[in-house]
Amino acid sequence: RKMATLSVCQPQLGGFSFENCKRNAVLEAEVTKLGCNIPSARKTGTTICGVVFKDGIVLGADTRATEGMIVADKNCSKIHYISPNIYCCGAGTAADTEMTTQIISSNLELHSLSTSRLPRVATANRMLKQMLFRYQGHIGAALVLGGVDCNGPHLYSIYPHGSTDKLPYVTMGSGSLAAMAVFEDRYKQDMEEEDAKRLVRDAIAAGIFNDLGSGSNIDLCVITKGRVDYLRPHDMANKKGVRTGNYKYKQGTTGVLTKSVIKLDLEVVEETVQTMDTS
Amino acid sequence: MNTRGLRSQPKDSVPVTGMGQQVGAYGVQDTLRSGFSSVKNELLPSHALELSEKNFQLNQDKMNFSNLRNIQGLHAPLKLQMEYRAARQIQRLPFLQSSHLALDTLKGNDESISFEDILNDPSQSEMVGEPHIMMEYKLGLM
Repeated sequence: RKMATLSVCQPQLGGFSFENCKRNAVLEAEVTKLGCNIPSARKTGTTICGVVFKDGIVLGADTRATEGMIVADKNCSKIHYISPNIYCCGAGTAADTEMTTQIISSNLELHSLSTSRLPRVATANRMLKQMLFRYQGHIGAALVLGGVDCNGPHLYSIYPHGSTDKLPYVTMGSGSLAAMAVFEDRYKQDMEEEDAKRLVRDAIAAGIFNDLGSGSNIDLCVITKGRVDYLRPHDMANKKGVRTGNYKYKQGTTGVLTKSVIKLDLEVVEETVQTMDTS
Repeated sequence: MNTRGLRSQPKDSVPVTGMGQQVGAYGVQDTLRSGFSSVKNELLPSHALELSEKNFQLNQDKMNFSNLRNIQGLHAPLKLQMEYRAARQIQRLPFLQSSHLALDTLKGNDESISFEDILNDPSQSEMVGEPHIMMEYKLGLM
């Protein structure tokens, strides 16, 4: 009804449309009265983390996506590309993190074409926080943004309401406490690359084994000046077991007693041609 | 500092008039064009973000013009608004899709992508406006 009036008098605008909110609220109330649940959004229920080491950044993430109590995706990719030197891990609602990182990646590409410079991590951070604040937390995307630009390596954590922190090591997601415990114990300034990778791998593993929302494999992304190593999977912590028994029977297990072959005589009885009516 | 221009549109915590429906002739609500009315529907927005999104561009522009006025003087926002007004007139008839190229270039929207470009693209909308009524509305004959 409301849509009809807008198109009658004024041209349509793009962007979010709030027409169905009231109807959805009514539907939700009805469904709850009957005792059912409306379908929930797919969340990443995650462990993501990042650490700054001597030459750059190591980002890590698990690969489980959940939908309520069910695992929706056993091997989803949570480390998103933002620009050749900047990558972003996303926790929260899976669709929100995907779309947000893609939009910011496009904007950053346009911006870098316009300035003809490699984009900076601070730019991506500013764009993300301004967008998330505009939508007041309704976009459920908690992000760990890391990259190396002309000023060195930078690591930011961005919360769904738009606040950001610039730190040497950050964790986000439901498994963030488990991962942070590992970081707090073993983080040192100016680590080597192998130490940093091992530290992130252990932090994600702590999240995977101690948090129900995280699981499956560990993905790593190592960003240094001029080189990005996207290691997917870096470590398959939860490999599905291999069946030890085989229930197939060998050929010749069943003995043949008799064999009789009956030939079926098929002869052409009638042949008709039906023309299509193409008039 | 002159803060008059900074007053933004009100938020949704208080029932506001921004949700009001169209008023037809004689000041009575226009059932033919806006359908049946309900006080509850008109008083409060259906989503927390509805009002803030409707007025987002307006508020941004107000803030930017006010800053510009404080930094460079009155001529700067005046000249810019004049250019915007001129660019806004370069468009097709209201029921057709205009590209708003000049306006976008002036505002800098040609170098950014946001939800307005991805969701609910007006060029892909399933409903088409009624040409005569839209022209009458635009010319103020309604």
